[in-house]
Amino acid sequence: MRGVVDPSRKRKIRLGVALCVAVLLGVALIYVSFNASDETKEPSQILTAAPGQKFEMNAKVVPKSVRHDGETLKFEVEDRSGGGAMPVSYQGVVPDPFRGGREIVLTGAVENGTFVGEPESLITKCPSKFTTNASETAGTGSGSSSSNG
Amino acid sequence: MASVGGVLLALAFFVAAASAITAVVWRQDDARVVLARRGVYTVFGLLLACIVIVEIAMATNEFHLNIVAEHSSIETPMFYKLAAMWSSQEGSLLLWAFVLSLAASLALYSTRHKLREIVPWATGVMMAIGAFFIGLMLFAPGVNPFHTIPTPQDGIGLNPLLQHPSMMIHPPMLYSGYVAWTVPFAFAIGALITRRVDSEWIRATRRFALIAWTFLGFGLLLGARWSYSELGWGGYWAWDPVENAALMPWLLGTAFLHSIMVQEKRSMLKVWNATLIVATFSMCLLGTFLVRSGVLQSIHAFGDDTVGPYLLAVIGIVVIGSTCLIVSRLDDLRSDQKRMDSLLSRESVFLINNLLLVGMVVVIAWGTFFPLISELFTGTKSSLAAPWFDHYTTPLAILLVLFTGIGPLLAWRRVTWASAKKVFRIPVAVALLTLVILLVFTDAGNKFWPLALFTFASFAIAGVLQEFYNGAHARQKTSGGSFAGALIAVTARNRRRYGGYIAHIGVAVLLIGVAASSSFQTNENVSMKPGETRNVDGREFTYKRPYVKVDDEKYTIGAIVEVKEDGKYLTTLETSRRFFRPTGAAATGGLADYFSGEATSEVGLKTGLARDIWVTVAPNVQDVQHQLAVAEKGLKTCIEAGPGTPEQCKQLSALMRAAAAEPRLQPQALQQIENLQLLSAERIARGYVSEAGAATFKVIINPLVLWMWIGGIIGLIGALIAVWPTRSRRKGAMVRTEADALKEAKYREIRDAELDHASGKLSDEDYAILDAELRKEAVEILDAVGVGAGTGETLRAGRAGLPSDYEGGNGNGNGGSATATVENGDGAPAQNGNGSNGHANGHGHTNGAGNGNGGSSEPAGRD
Repeated sequence: MRGVVDPSRKRKIRLGVALCVAVLLGVALIYVSFNASDETKEPSQILTAAPGQKFEMNAKVVPKSVRHDGETLKFEVEDRSGGGAMPVSYQGVVPDPFRGGREIVLTGAVENGTFVGEPESLITKCPSKFTTNASETAGTGSGSSSSNG
Repeated sequence: MASVGGVLLALAFFVAAASAITAVVWRQDDARVVLARRGVYTVFGLLLACIVIVEIAMATNEFHLNIVAEHSSIETPMFYKLAAMWSSQEGSLLLWAFVLSLAASLALYSTRHKLREIVPWATGVMMAIGAFFIGLMLFAPGVNPFHTIPTPQDGIGLNPLLQHPSMMIHPPMLYSGYVAWTVPFAFAIGALITRRVDSEWIRATRRFALIAWTFLGFGLLLGARWSYSELGWGGYWAWDPVENAALMPWLLGTAFLHSIMVQEKRSMLKVWNATLIVATFSMCLLGTFLVRSGVLQSIHAFGDDTVGPYLLAVIGIVVIGSTCLIVSRLDDLRSDQKRMDSLLSRESVFLINNLLLVGMVVVIAWGTFFPLISELFTGTKSSLAAPWFDHYTTPLAILLVLFTGIGPLLAWRRVTWASAKKVFRIPVAVALLTLVILLVFTDAGNKFWPLALFTFASFAIAGVLQEFYNGAHARQKTSGGSFAGALIAVTARNRRRYGGYIAHIGVAVLLIGVAASSSFQTNENVSMKPGETRNVDGREFTYKRPYVKVDDEKYTIGAIVEVKEDGKYLTTLETSRRFFRPTGAAATGGLADYFSGEATSEVGLKTGLARDIWVTVAPNVQDVQHQLAVAEKGLKTCIEAGPGTPEQCKQLSALMRAAAAEPRLQPQALQQIENLQLLSAERIARGYVSEAGAATFKVIINPLVLWMWIGGIIGLIGALIAVWPTRSRRKGAMVRTEADALKEAKYREIRDAELDHASGKLSDEDYAILDAELRKEAVEILDAVGVGAGTGETLRAGRAGLPSDYEGGNGNGNGGSATATVENGDGAPAQNGNGSNGHANGHGHTNGAGNGNGGSSEPAGRD
């Protein structure tokens, strides 16, 4: 009879459509995520990058390097495993856990050899759990590390 | 004490492993299965003892235990000493194993008379996982909670950031949420292995799934609140990998809780449910792994990777093993698969909601693991920021709210357009009214997504409130009494349904808070000197005065800020930044050390139903630091007592030298130095207050954010109502048989259909068809389990005048009355069009729809 679709065929068509939609959505997700992402680099990798290119930097704040220059916070960072030190300037309120020796994530670009962070983009790793290294708390904090202000 | 703890932990490992092996290898032997169950109880007892030992050690400063030395100190307040256990890697693993043993014990106790084939396998799975976590503590390096070290004088102490009341409850809630998912997972595996893939394992573990969901959700909410009120950045969610790791199993668990209803009611989605519970549990393990592995950058600190590889191996085993098992049981899972009768039905909406929830998890998982994915495919590690997550989860969340509203309005199986129009009328009108009000009176029209969310949320809330009204109205019509009484009664007797509805309201309210606070937030940094005023979002903020408080632990620099709105005084806020000296034995005790430890912000917060005003201060402390360093130098010179120093310094120097030779003088000498330090610090503090310069203030105006917390609490109340045992279950349902549970579930379906009919969701025609189908299925169950023919005949007879839960006869609507049903012969939704006590099954007489174990036995059909 015309107009009547076999139920099993109908199910297969539905499944096919659903799979096509899922694949399309998946491809779209991949496309937008690669376009929207920022490269994550450590200071030693950023040092050689072209000026103006935007990165998300994972780094460790060099102890005793934090100081203020007017409204701007200046400090040095290095790779998490050490080395590759570079200067950073940042404007904005810093998170509570920020200080020398802490790992940070900062978005920005290199200008004249300094990594200039975007305002409000500084994230400091919260030492909330499993801090087994006592020296992180006691030893690496610097007398000059300070809050913004 | 450490050695006792170590022995108990080792014993727990062996008992857990032995229970797992015994339960599986001798699964046909009843006595051995019972022995294995008792082994689980023993593991619980042993781990409880281990936790008590650790807590006593924390409370009594047993610093020879590494866990105590690294996470507590003499000065740590007792409250935080007790919470310090789970701030450590080893303590959190102990908590994991303990909660698992507790959940496993409860699950096995509640199923000791049923699921005979599945229980041994479930025991095996739960105890294998338990043995794994206990084994980690025993055999992985550096995570034994009873590891001892040379006793230091003092411990490092608990990080000041963790010294917040939430620390006591947030981590245990999250762990309990993660761990409780093990129970439904283990029973699902048991069901798959034994090919008992009907709904029995779901009915037996549904409560555990709900408890896990509640704990996990409440843990997330507490974490968000903690972050908002304490961490000084003004947000409650950052799409951080660790946060995402907890959110993903919660979302999958939400999907699971809905889709198992479809399996229970319609025998559908069995493959989906098995897959969902495996995915949920795997996500729980993944969350545990992420916190401990360091594979992804997170604002949360990660430990070393000593346990990461082991956890990864277990995740691999769980995922691969479960997938193979599901694939090998596809025929069983599809054996009595039913098809959806109509797209306009509750099950189809549940399916859509499931797809949306899983879609959200896919997006979040993709974003969370994108750094690894991008590195794998491009060789470059890239990451996705919070706006990316917002961008792609927001539309899904909004659709979810819409379908959360549609679901409760539809009946199971099929709904006619006429019925649908009837039940949708008021919620749609409320949604349209909300839309118009928002467009006319607010700025919400400028932002599409929040506007859509507010509209759909109002639709969802109105729909649920209508459900409550209809249910109570129907009850009041048949049983009389007040409307409020009817509302309470209908909720109490249908806890699962109405508890779920309340949770829906909670989620809708929570999302309103999220949408408003994230889309219409004002966030500004302003610099002010004392006496200056700045305008933020139409409000005047005046820096009235600074203040400083000093003690031997911390240096607190604060500010008093006055807020005015339209020229009128609104509130005065106090905010401060506390600079802690490094804690514990590593502290040098110098003046400059005030600024070398942790810093925390105390938020000035004015909470209101319309908006929160949130302020933190970032004072300029460079001068203070400099002066403290100079004072420190001066103090050193004083102690050295060189030529020309004052007499006081010479006396102190003499005391120090004497203390070096005579230990009993040391406290006196240290006290003198501490007093001098404090005097210097206070002098510098007074200087700061009198000559304070500009400080930077972070000011956030957060509209409707309070509703986020209110919504969370409403959701929690709903979940507790849904999970709360019914009277009959509390009294004796533990001894119910599988047959009881099966009948009970079918009776509940009949009552649900009747409630749907009474509340207008089902037309007379649809109800007649549905009721006949359900009764036929109920009779088949009764015949299969060998209940006397009387009940079956009663059910076959027709549907006229069927008494229902809301009419007050069946004990409860949540499935607690079946034992009494069988024993008293009065539990079935019975035929009593004349309202009389018709004979049921030869054992007794039908009295309404049953009275459960001691439940009420109102005459049915009294109207």
